[in-house]
Amino acid sequence: MVTTVDRAAGTPGGLPGPAAEPGAPPDGPATGLQVALAQMAPRLGDLRANLARHLELLGEAAGRGADLVVFPELSLTGYFLKDLATDSAVRLDGPELGALAEAARDVDAVVGCILESDDHRFHNAAVYLAGGAIVHVHRKVYLPTYGLFDEARDLAAGSRFRAFAAPLRSAAPPRPWRVGILICEDLWHPSSTYLLARDGVDLIVCPSASPGRGVGSGTELGTAQSYDVITRTYAQLFTTYVAYCNRVGYEDGVNFWGGSRVVDPEGHLDGEPAGREEAMPLHRLDLGALRRARIANPMLRDERHDIVDAEAHRLRHRDRD
Amino acid sequence: MTETSAAPPETTASPATLEVDAPLVTEILTGFVREEVRKVGFERGVVGLSGGIDSALALALVCRALGPENAIPVIMPYRASSPASEGDARLVAAQLGATPLVVDISPQIDAYFSDRPDADRNRRGNKMARERMSILYDISLAREALVVGTSNKTELLLGYGTIHGDMAHALNPLGDLYKTQVFALARHLELPAAVIEKAPSADLWEGQSDEDELGFEYAAVDLLLHHMVDERRTRAELRALGFDGAFVDQIRRRVRDSQYKRRPPLIAKLSNRTIDRDFRYPRDWGR
Repeated sequence: MVTTVDRAAGTPGGLPGPAAEPGAPPDGPATGLQVALAQMAPRLGDLRANLARHLELLGEAAGRGADLVVFPELSLTGYFLKDLATDSAVRLDGPELGALAEAARDVDAVVGCILESDDHRFHNAAVYLAGGAIVHVHRKVYLPTYGLFDEARDLAAGSRFRAFAAPLRSAAPPRPWRVGILICEDLWHPSSTYLLARDGVDLIVCPSASPGRGVGSGTELGTAQSYDVITRTYAQLFTTYVAYCNRVGYEDGVNFWGGSRVVDPEGHLDGEPAGREEAMPLHRLDLGALRRARIANPMLRDERHDIVDAEAHRLRHRDRD
Repeated sequence: MTETSAAPPETTASPATLEVDAPLVTEILTGFVREEVRKVGFERGVVGLSGGIDSALALALVCRALGPENAIPVIMPYRASSPASEGDARLVAAQLGATPLVVDISPQIDAYFSDRPDADRNRRGNKMARERMSILYDISLAREALVVGTSNKTELLLGYGTIHGDMAHALNPLGDLYKTQVFALARHLELPAAVIEKAPSADLWEGQSDEDELGFEYAAVDLLLHHMVDERRTRAELRALGFDGAFVDQIRRRVRDSQYKRRPPLIAKLSNRTIDRDFRYPRDWGR
């Protein structure tokens, strides 16, 4: 559940205070982080309205003490875009991301958009904004093109998974939080999470636009059950926080089921997931909890990346029929 | 069957595969009607109410989504329609708290067919369905209400509906529910027993029954369609589940032959950007 952390616990000058008793873990500076999940319903292809809504929610989240606000996948455009994908694209140096970066001075933000490159490729992207600037861009690698999905028809695929040191100035952490972004389908490929874990990730941010389907398998949608399993499994196996922000609303009859949540590094949900309506739950994350989880379950320490590399090398070069 | 013959294969496809979580489905469909109606700037929905279970369920969803004061049930009897149907329709509207409009379609139907005495009952039935559609669309404009459809997934897949008639509407909350699932949802929403328990009928002529006309029961065809369409089972897999091969072939043919009813009209391609082929915009464009 929600961890209470006293940000004033450290002594002036940064030296840890004396331990309460010999052998007790040392006190340190504040380790908490407040993450808001902006579970919203974008208007399909209406950049102007969505931008205004983002600015409104950023202000609200900052007012509630958030250090980071996560918006859903394609939060600036909506999801089933078809030809609207190119019509509603933004550029890294464009006014929309400029306005959002400006708004992301008191609070960091992850926003979703169609990003047009100089050579006119269009990516499904999540952009990390902080301190008035663009800090990191993740371009969705796995574009689902099956069933009701058709992303690769309109979009170019990204080619990297990287963790990065998030500024998070308002949280003033004792060491940088390393954040990695996976967009929706990226999360369904365990190699994505593995690579971020290997890159030292503390918090996986997953913006999503997951359509609700599967109504015959209990009291939850099939898609909701799947995401519940994979977010908790990855968090536990990689002893990392997972912040999953799904959208809500309907597009051409398809519903998006929300259910945004934070999972802690032991695989436990932080409170109840959000429902199917617009909401902006605030979650408190804690580097102390991450440390404790990795002491208790040191799988990352023991991971044999050398074996992964050797076996991957062998598989890559083996003869194929 | 002789004593020595093998027992007929048990159908291992279980009706349980058609079970849905009724409260969850109700919530999703209610949200669907509310959001898709309001996105286009409307507050009201209009439903042709026949006295049958599909339109009763559609009206119930509209009432939950928009409030009964914003639901416009329209009862459109023909003089040969069963009086019980109109009675059931009134019962449904009354239970849901919606005030029905009643439009007798006899004059316009009789006027058209007065010099077409050769028209068979299929032509007359189709004409009635299309007259009802034209009335619903007139009310749609007059009352700023979207036409909410009542075609379920079974009818749509089998093509058991009138194109540009009952198959014409702006929104369809029932189109991904098989008939047996419509029954389950109607029971969950406690619609009148008279409507749930009677044999399904389009009531286009006296004594018409869906299951007699189709030649099979909804329970059987829904189970087959679920395994064939939703689960993408091959013919051999369907046979192994106990479905009769001739039944499988008959239904597959019906689905294929009625595909035209489920698609917009074909457009002859000439330019580089043809509507719905390479001019592809969502309907909720900008909404």
